[in-house]
Amino acid sequence: MEEKKLAIIATKGTLDWAYPPYILASTAAALGYEVQIFFTFYGLQLVRKDLSGLRVSPIGNPGMPMKMPFGPKWFRGINWNIPNAIQCLIPGYETLATSLMKQTIANNGVASIPELRELCQEAEVKFIACQMTVELFGFSHSDFIDGMEFGGAATFFEFAGESDVCLYI
Amino acid sequence: MNFDKDLDARGLNCPLPILRAKKTLNELTTGQVLKILATDPGSVKDFSAFAKQTGNELLTSSEAGGEYTFFIKKK
Repeated sequence: MEEKKLAIIATKGTLDWAYPPYILASTAAALGYEVQIFFTFYGLQLVRKDLSGLRVSPIGNPGMPMKMPFGPKWFRGINWNIPNAIQCLIPGYETLATSLMKQTIANNGVASIPELRELCQEAEVKFIACQMTVELFGFSHSDFIDGMEFGGAATFFEFAGESDVCLYI
Repeated sequence: MNFDKDLDARGLNCPLPILRAKKTLNELTTGQVLKILATDPGSVKDFSAFAKQTGNELLTSSEAGGEYTFFIKKK
């Protein structure tokens, strides 16, 4: 049987949205798929050498529960529903939310993004960065991890056109 | 049940148990058996799906006290 193929377009550059492409790509690779991820626009953040800039923002995100990853059970259960207008005024709010999220991730035995990305690389998932957005955002090739390829929409379709599963994330 | 290697995936969440299992299976030869311990409730369906898609045989899948045990025979 010929190898199945998964093509993913990763367009989001936040800590939370870094998960779907890397989880699906690494799992598909473990299932025997050949996988390519095309990183474009904000998705380019996911293939930078330095991932420490990835953040999660509760601002303008009504779907995000704000719960504390420490303390007694009753305390952890509280949803800190702070209005957007107030969130915006608190300096470092995003940084705080990001560190709480990272703690929650670790508490739940969920892999970190650097770990998942490494697992993808080990499994030979192919990473392609969109050359047009690399230039648009003023990045240079050296900002990105080794082994990246750079190409455009036509490069994406060369693989995606033959894929069995194709996802836009 | 006899096994040739075991993997402790307790405390790990999706997709790590599957990824670790796949990696460990790579170290085995055809017909050898891998025992996996996990606590992720999603792993029950996931290991069944993993076996179906990769051709490795899921010999047994059981649960006791919030811990899941799987035996997988390498293809």
